[in-house]
Amino acid sequence: MNVLVYLVPLALGLGLTGLFAFLWALRSGQYSDVDGAALRVLSDDDLHEASTTKD
Amino acid sequence: MTESLDLSLYAKPMADGTLGMELAVEGIACGGCIGRIEHAVKSVPGVTEARLNFTNRRLHVAWSPGLAEPAAILRALEDGGYHGHPFVPMRVEQQEAAEARRLTRCLAVAGFAAMNIMLLSVSVWSGNVTDITPETRDFFHWASALIALPAAAYAGRPFFASAWRALKSRSLNMDVPISLGVILALGMSLVETANHAEHAYFDSAIMLLFFLLVGRALDYAMRRKTRAVAGNLAALKAENAHRLIGDELVSVPSAALKAGDRVLVKPGERIPADGIVLGGKSDLDESLITGETARRDVASGATVYAGSLNYSGALTLKVTAAGGTALIDEIENLLEKAASAKSRAMRLADRASRVYAPVVHLTAALTLAGWLIAGASVHDALITAIAVLIITCPCALALAIPAVQVVASGALFRANVILNAGDAIERLAEVDTVVFDKTGTLTLPEPRLVNAAALDPELLQMAARLALSSRHPLAVALSREATTRVPFDDAVEEPGQGVRARINGIDTRLGSPQFCDVITSNASQASAVCFRHGKRFAVIAIAQKLRPDAVDVVNALRGRGLDLYILSGDHVDAVAPVARALDIEQWQGGLKPAEKIACIETLKAGGRRVLMVGDGLNDAPSLAAAHVSLSPISAADVTQAQADAVFLGEKLKPVLDAIVVARRARKLMTQNLWLAAIYNAVAVPVAIAGAVTPLIAALAMSGSSLLVTLNAVRANGGAR
Repeated sequence: MNVLVYLVPLALGLGLTGLFAFLWALRSGQYSDVDGAALRVLSDDDLHEASTTKD
Repeated sequence: MTESLDLSLYAKPMADGTLGMELAVEGIACGGCIGRIEHAVKSVPGVTEARLNFTNRRLHVAWSPGLAEPAAILRALEDGGYHGHPFVPMRVEQQEAAEARRLTRCLAVAGFAAMNIMLLSVSVWSGNVTDITPETRDFFHWASALIALPAAAYAGRPFFASAWRALKSRSLNMDVPISLGVILALGMSLVETANHAEHAYFDSAIMLLFFLLVGRALDYAMRRKTRAVAGNLAALKAENAHRLIGDELVSVPSAALKAGDRVLVKPGERIPADGIVLGGKSDLDESLITGETARRDVASGATVYAGSLNYSGALTLKVTAAGGTALIDEIENLLEKAASAKSRAMRLADRASRVYAPVVHLTAALTLAGWLIAGASVHDALITAIAVLIITCPCALALAIPAVQVVASGALFRANVILNAGDAIERLAEVDTVVFDKTGTLTLPEPRLVNAAALDPELLQMAARLALSSRHPLAVALSREATTRVPFDDAVEEPGQGVRARINGIDTRLGSPQFCDVITSNASQASAVCFRHGKRFAVIAIAQKLRPDAVDVVNALRGRGLDLYILSGDHVDAVAPVARALDIEQWQGGLKPAEKIACIETLKAGGRRVLMVGDGLNDAPSLAAAHVSLSPISAADVTQAQADAVFLGEKLKPVLDAIVVARRARKLMTQNLWLAAIYNAVAVPVAIAGAVTPLIAALAMSGSSLLVTLNAVRANGGAR
């Protein structure tokens, strides 16, 4: 029984962390271009900024 | 004379001191375009930021003022093979985006709360049949209350606000029983928890909010998607006007014109705003305004309207009404009258809730009275009455219609129909009469070559290739036939007459009969273009052509029992052949906008539900007067704004698809309402008997919601 007194708040805390992570992601616009995000990961522009003009 | 491009209308100052602009980008084919576009734009000196949104095909650019000019950004895009169209985001679109974000936040909170409370509730339910101690149960109930109350206060706001608005205007909507159910369930559970009772309904209240928010959030996501596409299409259509400042020519967006500006309109361009001709002579195609296909000659002093197509000569105008889409007074008056007289069709959901809400509240009151009379304690009778309210809380009912709407508007979107009005689906399903405009609706918006079979293919190709060198609308129509898109090198355009070039050393001309020295007796509706190549010549007929699938679609509509009419503003002689080709017996030509409305009013008075399909400015009032309306994307801006839905592409099939999908959706909505009613018929007696535990409430609620949602998915089919 006593174990519940801190396990339930702990579970709640973990859930709240997830909730705030989601709200933060929403606020910072990470869901505004879902199709683009899927494709951007394939681009390697960020690895060699200067040499991308070669292709 | 070089012409500079002024895009200051679109540039907005950003928080960090740079200027920002939104562009709808055309020509994006694959993921590789993201990098290419951003790279190309960022390499323009002075540009600080370029970010492409691949989902809605929009590019956000920011630049330091003075270091770069927006025209250079457009050129950079052009060089990469893309077209950028600057635009100002629509207010509605921004409002809906904000509302969608708010709903998503509410949904996240409700989802988090529902999961955690259910975790505690399942423990209580299983504990109740085994060995849970009352202290543990109380602890779990208090923990649930701690989660549920703030979560409901946050996630329930969209419902509470809407219910409050309805009550203030002394009416009932679906949100009234929802809000009442949620608040009572939470209040009762709180009291019960304080009294160490066995049951609490925190889970039911939060789950209800969660399911309903899923429906609403999906609805808004769908609307946002269609709005973004509609916004991009509007940006693609926007044209630039050539403004004269002194003797200098500046290209500005038509939307930036002001009354009093002087504007040059070249042959082949549309008149950007209503105005008076100051100089020049030309003929105008006003079919987008009046529906008439015969051209009107204009000269100095004539009044011209935005949207007319300039044919032969350059005109200088003085703008009389700003904004580019100023209305002719008569149409404006008619539009106001038609829009106010339009009987606001009551939405199915509102009708259902108007019956439903009083019945539910009455049943709860009767339950309370019944148990009191039967000798139960006030506490027990109250608990049972509230349980009735919770179990009847219209979870399934409130999802029954929006869920179908979401799926159906998705199906319409794929069928190239973009909805402007949310309740258009219901009204489309009720249609029994379809009224078509002719020009630009049954026919293609631009004229096409009609006598290809009678022409020598070699001469036709030569003529079409020569036509590439002219901006005259008839030449543009002819140039569509050219297989090579390379114009002849030495082609010269003689204003008002035609184009000439030397091909294989032979003098070749395309243009008016006099210019080509051809004698023609063309009395048909088609416009004739003559072509001469040495001794050989051809008379090429260009005319309005039916949409490629018009006959099939009209037959299919008739096969579905719809009554068809053509009401056109064009001359009777031009309408007759179209009506004959489509086998539509009820047609009228030469109608003024007021007469079109009168025809529709007569049909409406006869009990008909009229779908009006039209594109001209002269159709705008009739679109507003009809039960429901559709417009092709090529329609005049004002007309498009009046239409309940807009369809894309060259085909007429979206009209058929819209009706098919809408009818199917309507059937499913009714089915869903019945499913919800059956659910209530089973669950309510159990609740009145006082046998509902939170477990039964949770099962019944999620079960019925799932059922109606799955049924709604079936609205996807039928658009093939």
